[in-house]
Amino acid sequence: MKHTLKAIAAAAVMAFAANGQALAQDKTKACFIYVGPIGDFGWSYQHHQGLLDVEEAMGDAVETAYLESVPEGADAERAIERFARSGCDIIFTTSFGYMDPTNKVAGRFPDVKFEHATGYKREHPNVSTYNSRFYEGRYIQGVIAAKMSEAGVAGYIASFPIPEVVMGINAFVLGAQSINPEFKVKVVWANTWFDPGKEADAAKALIDQGVDIITQHTDSTAPMQVAADRGIKAFGQASDMIEFGPETQLTSIVDDWGPYYIERVKAVHEGTWEQVDVWAGLKEGHVVMAPYKNMPDDVAALAKETEEKIRSGEFHPFTGPIKKQDGSDWLAEGEVADDATLLGMNFYVEGVDDQLPN
Amino acid sequence: MLESILITVATAATPLLIAAIGELVVERSGVLNLGVEGMMIMGAITGFAVALTTGSPWLGIFAAIIVGALVSLLFGFLTLTLVTNQVATGLALTLFGLGLSGMIGESFVGRPGIRLGTLDIPVLGDLPLVGRLIFGQDPLFYISIMLTAAVAYFLFSTRAGLMLRAVGDNHVSAHAQGIKVVRIRYLAVMFGGACAGLAGAYLSLVYTPQWVENMTAGRGWIALALVVFASWRPWRVVAGAYLFGGVTIGQLHAQAQALAIPSQLLSSLPYLATIAVLVIISRNRRLTMMNTPASLGRPFVPDR
Repeated sequence: MKHTLKAIAAAAVMAFAANGQALAQDKTKACFIYVGPIGDFGWSYQHHQGLLDVEEAMGDAVETAYLESVPEGADAERAIERFARSGCDIIFTTSFGYMDPTNKVAGRFPDVKFEHATGYKREHPNVSTYNSRFYEGRYIQGVIAAKMSEAGVAGYIASFPIPEVVMGINAFVLGAQSINPEFKVKVVWANTWFDPGKEADAAKALIDQGVDIITQHTDSTAPMQVAADRGIKAFGQASDMIEFGPETQLTSIVDDWGPYYIERVKAVHEGTWEQVDVWAGLKEGHVVMAPYKNMPDDVAALAKETEEKIRSGEFHPFTGPIKKQDGSDWLAEGEVADDATLLGMNFYVEGVDDQLPN
Repeated sequence: MLESILITVATAATPLLIAAIGELVVERSGVLNLGVEGMMIMGAITGFAVALTTGSPWLGIFAAIIVGALVSLLFGFLTLTLVTNQVATGLALTLFGLGLSGMIGESFVGRPGIRLGTLDIPVLGDLPLVGRLIFGQDPLFYISIMLTAAVAYFLFSTRAGLMLRAVGDNHVSAHAQGIKVVRIRYLAVMFGGACAGLAGAYLSLVYTPQWVENMTAGRGWIALALVVFASWRPWRVVAGAYLFGGVTIGQLHAQAQALAIPSQLLSSLPYLATIAVLVIISRNRRLTMMNTPASLGRPFVPDR
């Protein structure tokens, strides 16, 4: 709703920009579409930080625009198309649900470059996809959770049952079970990416059910605050949420999109843009772990060691033997999951205390 | 555990109750203000910003009430004085509030807020089961119940309440009787705005003490629905808000218990339960008609 106001402002800016085009012929216009408000201090906030990084790095060579709180679905297609018409050279669509609309619009605007986050469809040569290997961070969190939990049960606030989220839950469980094979994870689906009240309620429900560690795959800081209130530990999401739980946050998976955005916008500017499918993690600096805090030194050391092993490529979180939830074999001893399976993940591994919604 | 679940339910229900009780008075006077969401979010940012700047949550709450009333005054001026369409103006108010609050709140993102403390009564608060539930909640919980009682008494036991309902039922006859229709509607609209502001402050100072854009996440619309659900009777709003809150929290617990029910179905339960009850209570059409303000949403120009 708020984007309506912003859109009016954006339209005014665009009109102004059109007048000034004679002055700045070689400016590259980079446009961003966010699923939440830039003030969510989570997912969309971090993407917007990436936009600001682009502005800072490229200065006058770039012009940016963004639309926030764009619902996934029909609205998204209109928003993307409007950007494409308004002279954007490259458009970043930053949510899984923008996948089909992005490809649809890309077909109609072959000269505009499209970059879709977290998806897997590249139906036209002008569509790239990019994602971060968040599961690497989730595995580390699982290791920490198993070390820190006295109850042996963690609570997981999840958004929607899409592969990205399921993969995260599995990685967390595998990390925890590498320390404590009996470790359990309770999952609550909020069926929203962003609703502070509901996320807080989910955290309270999980704590009342006996979990003593909270982790989340939703975007607000509310669960962190509830955990702080109830005196248990929690993991942040997307940004460093330490301010909301100075004695609560163990670590947080911080999404750092800046380097990738700068690289891609520069490529458009210099005419070297090519279709890619990027899936980068700790190694490339797309996934950054917030400082390990509120845990004993030996746990922090173990977390760092695990992080280093994943970064160096010595260890992959999805390494067999791993069984699926129903007890059937998935990966044999030493076998490593391939990216395609991970990106389409629609099953739990053994040990998740939940029925996967389908 | 039960005690803590019940407290969680009360926390979820209170903002809905406060906003809905305000809107109920507005609608009883014959005005439909769809801007509850916008007024609520303005209350949320005002409460948060003032509390953080001054260090006093109570000042924040007071400011949120004032701002809620002021924003609703804008709606009142447009719909009552300029006689614009109430539905369109209300929707515009929601968009306006969401946009403006995001702009004001930009510098408050990512800052932890101040929580309004809970009552702490010795002895009584330590009673088993009901101790914290009845004696240990946040002050606004008690205010929400007292507000309901006050509105119920005002509407059905006072002369002013009778006048307000008369205006809502038939503004032409009320006007002919010498009742100042527009003035009463202005006051009702402002009361509704003040309540919505208070409900917003509840979100940013009690429920989740932080500011994030869009943090009302549709609660204003639920409050609007609750008024219809309650067939414009104050105590039924309490029932509706607690039913909705109860089912919301209940389904989260069901999920945490790993019940073999799809989570999407569980998530829709609060809405399904509300609709089911609505269908049952509106079977008696005569009773429903009797409670519905007959002039709801209809414009009134005194000298026409």
